[in-house]
Amino acid sequence: MFKFWVVLAQTFMTRFKSKSFMITTAIFLVFIFAIGNIDRIISLFDSGEEETDVVAIVDETNRVGTMLIEMTGEEFSHFQYQQVDNGLEDVQTQVIDGEYAAVLHITEGAPFQATFYTEQLLNNSLEYDINQQLQQIKVVALTEEAGISQAVINEIYEPVNFETAAIESPGGSEQRTEEEVSGARGLVYAMLFLLYFAVLTYGQMIATDVANEKTSRVMEILISSSSPVSQMFAKISGIALLGLTQISILILAAFFMIEQRQADLDAEFFEFFGFNDIPVATYIYAIVFFLLGYLLYATLSAMLGSLVSRMEDVGQLMFPVIILVIIAFMLSMFGLDMPDSEIIRITSFIPFFAPLVMFLRVGLLNIPFYEVMLSIGILVATIAVLGYLGAKIYRGGVLMYGTGVKLKDFKHALQLGKKDK
Amino acid sequence: MVLQIDNVTKKFGKFTAVDQLSLKIPEGEIFGFLGANGAGKTTTFRMILGLIDQTEGKIRWNDEVIDYSKTDYIGYLPEERGLYPKMKVKEQMVYLGRLRGMDKKKVIKELNYWLERFKIEGYLEKKVEELSKGNQQKIQFISSVINQPKLLILDEPFSGLDPVNVELLKDAVIELKNKGTTIVFSSHQMSTVEELCEHLCIMQNGRPIVHGALTDIKRGFGKKNLLIHADFNLDFLSEIPGVLKAKEVTEGVRLQIEDESVSQTILTAIQDKGFVRKFDLLEPSLNDIFIEKVGESYV
Repeated sequence: MFKFWVVLAQTFMTRFKSKSFMITTAIFLVFIFAIGNIDRIISLFDSGEEETDVVAIVDETNRVGTMLIEMTGEEFSHFQYQQVDNGLEDVQTQVIDGEYAAVLHITEGAPFQATFYTEQLLNNSLEYDINQQLQQIKVVALTEEAGISQAVINEIYEPVNFETAAIESPGGSEQRTEEEVSGARGLVYAMLFLLYFAVLTYGQMIATDVANEKTSRVMEILISSSSPVSQMFAKISGIALLGLTQISILILAAFFMIEQRQADLDAEFFEFFGFNDIPVATYIYAIVFFLLGYLLYATLSAMLGSLVSRMEDVGQLMFPVIILVIIAFMLSMFGLDMPDSEIIRITSFIPFFAPLVMFLRVGLLNIPFYEVMLSIGILVATIAVLGYLGAKIYRGGVLMYGTGVKLKDFKHALQLGKKDK
Repeated sequence: MVLQIDNVTKKFGKFTAVDQLSLKIPEGEIFGFLGANGAGKTTTFRMILGLIDQTEGKIRWNDEVIDYSKTDYIGYLPEERGLYPKMKVKEQMVYLGRLRGMDKKKVIKELNYWLERFKIEGYLEKKVEELSKGNQQKIQFISSVINQPKLLILDEPFSGLDPVNVELLKDAVIELKNKGTTIVFSSHQMSTVEELCEHLCIMQNGRPIVHGALTDIKRGFGKKNLLIHADFNLDFLSEIPGVLKAKEVTEGVRLQIEDESVSQTILTAIQDKGFVRKFDLLEPSLNDIFIEKVGESYV
C-alpha cells in the first residue's frame, strides 16, 4: 500500500509541477476572468476614444423627426439624433466626411417613409433600433388617428398569461417543475462539458504517462519494484487527484468571480441556468456519474497506454476512445432537447455513454430509481471488468515492445500477464 | 538465501523460451549466465523476479516464492536500460528508492556514496538525458543497488562501457559480493565471467548446456590448449592424433588437444626440429568452452 501512495504522489507531483499544467490552468483562469468581465472588456474597447454615433435626420414630415428625438435619450445610449436642415445630398457628403454616422431620410407616405443611409452596412444594430422606434411611432400615429386610447394599446401589447405545469400522476412521484428542469439542464450542460474535457485531457494524460514510462524503458524497473496493477491504479488515482485539483481551482475561481460580480451580472443568466432550483440528488448524481465516467475512461486509457511502445502510437490508439467520448457527447447534446426519446433511453445503459446520457436523463426526467441503479450497476461492472482486464494487459503489455499496435497484441499481452498461481 | 530454480519451463504460445531449467545459486556468490542472444537469459531473469510466470516448475528463494513482498531486498538492472530522461538524478533515485521501500534520507546517503565512488558527484541535480551514455549506465547501476539488495540481478551490466568503467563496475560488484549479496548476472564477455564467477551456466535455446562450478567445468571439459612459439614451420603438428584444432598465431601456433598426454607426444615431435621459444600448456578458456558448446556459428 505504501508503494501505491509513492506512485500516486509521484504521478501527481510531476504533473502538478509541470509547466504544461500551470499554463493550461492559467489559460483557463484567464478565460474565466474574461467571461466574468465580458461586459467591462467590451465597454473598455467601445467607450473611451469612440464618440457616440450621431444620426442626422432630414425630416420632410416635420413631426416624425421630433418624435424620434423625444423617444431617444433614455433607451438608446449608444447613439443620438440630430435634426438638420440641409439637403439630403449635403448631409450624405457629411456622412462620408465622418461628421455623422448615418442619415435618416423621412418622407411623407402612409403614414411616412424612411430611408436609412449609412456607410457601415455591417453595423445593423443601429438600423434595427431605429427601425423599431419608427415602428412604435407608426403604431402611435395610426392608433391615434383611429381614436384608440393608449390604455388599449398597452393591453394589446401585454404578453398573454401562459404557464406550463406538469400533471401529477396519482400516487406517483412528483413531476419536475419547469424551473427544476431548466436548472438541471444548466447543470447537465456544465457537466457534459466538464466530463468531456476531463476524459479527453486526463485520459490522454494517463495514456501518455504510461507510454512514456514504456518508451523510456524505465517500466521494467518500476514493475520489478511494485505490482503493475497497483501502479496502474495509483496512476489513475494520481491523475484523478490532479484533475480534481485543476477543476477545483477553476470552479473556485468561477465562484469568486460570480460572487464579486453578482450585482452587475444579469440576473437572467442565473435564471436561465437556474442553479438554485436543482434538487440535491441531481448534484449527487453529477458527482457519481462524473467519477464513474472518469474511472471508466481512465482505466481504458491506462490499458491502451500500456500496449504502446512508441510515443507516436499513443494518438492512434486513443483515437477510438476519443470517438466514443464524442459519440457520448453528441448523444447527450441531442438528448438535451429530447431526453425522453428511445435512443437516449437505450444508450443510457451502454456503459461508455451512460455517464453522460444517464445523468442527463436523471437530471431532466423523472425516471424510475431502478433504471438509474441498473445503469450505475452496469457501469461499475464494466469498470471492474476493464480494471481486471486492464490490469492483466498492463502487466503483460509493459513488457511488450514492438511497432504499432495490432489486435493480436491484446491477446499476447493477456498471455504475458497471465497469473498461473 | 539460496536461489533455487527447479525444472522451470516457459512457453510463449508454441515457442519454448526456457526448457526445464534447473539451477541452484548459492548465497553470497556471483553466478554467471552465458548464452547467445535469445538463449532465454532475460526470460529466466524475469521469471526469477516474478515479472512473468513460468509455465511449469518452481522458483524459490530461501524456500519462498519471490513476489512483491520481497522486492525491497532485490536489485535489478534490466538489459534494456531505462530511466526517466527528463527527471533529475536525485529525484529519480529517490522515487526508485522509495519504490524499493526506502526512505528519502537513506536513498540520498546511499546515492552520495555511489556517486562519489563512481566519480560523478556533480550529477546529483542533472537530468539523465544530459549525461553521457556511460554515466547513464552508472546511474542505472546505482538504481539497482541503492537498496542494498540481498539478491542482485544484472542483465548484461558491462555492455557498452569503456574498459575503465568496466573495472569500476566490476570492483563494485565484487564489493557487494563480499558484503554478502547474491549476484546473478549475464554477459557476453567471457573474460568477465571467468574473472567474477565461481558458478556459471551456459544456455542455448532455453536449455542449460553447461552448468556448474567454473573449475569443474574447465576440468570436465578435458581439452587443453597448447601454445607453441618456434622458429620452424609447425604445420605438421595438426596431423598428430589428438590434436583437434590448430590456429596460427603471430609467432607460432595455438593447438587444441584432446587431453594433457597429447602434449607430451607433441613435445617429442618438435624436439630436434629447431629452436622452441615457448611451450605452454593452458587451461581451456571459457571462450573455448562456449564456442565448443554453443557452436562456432555464434562467434
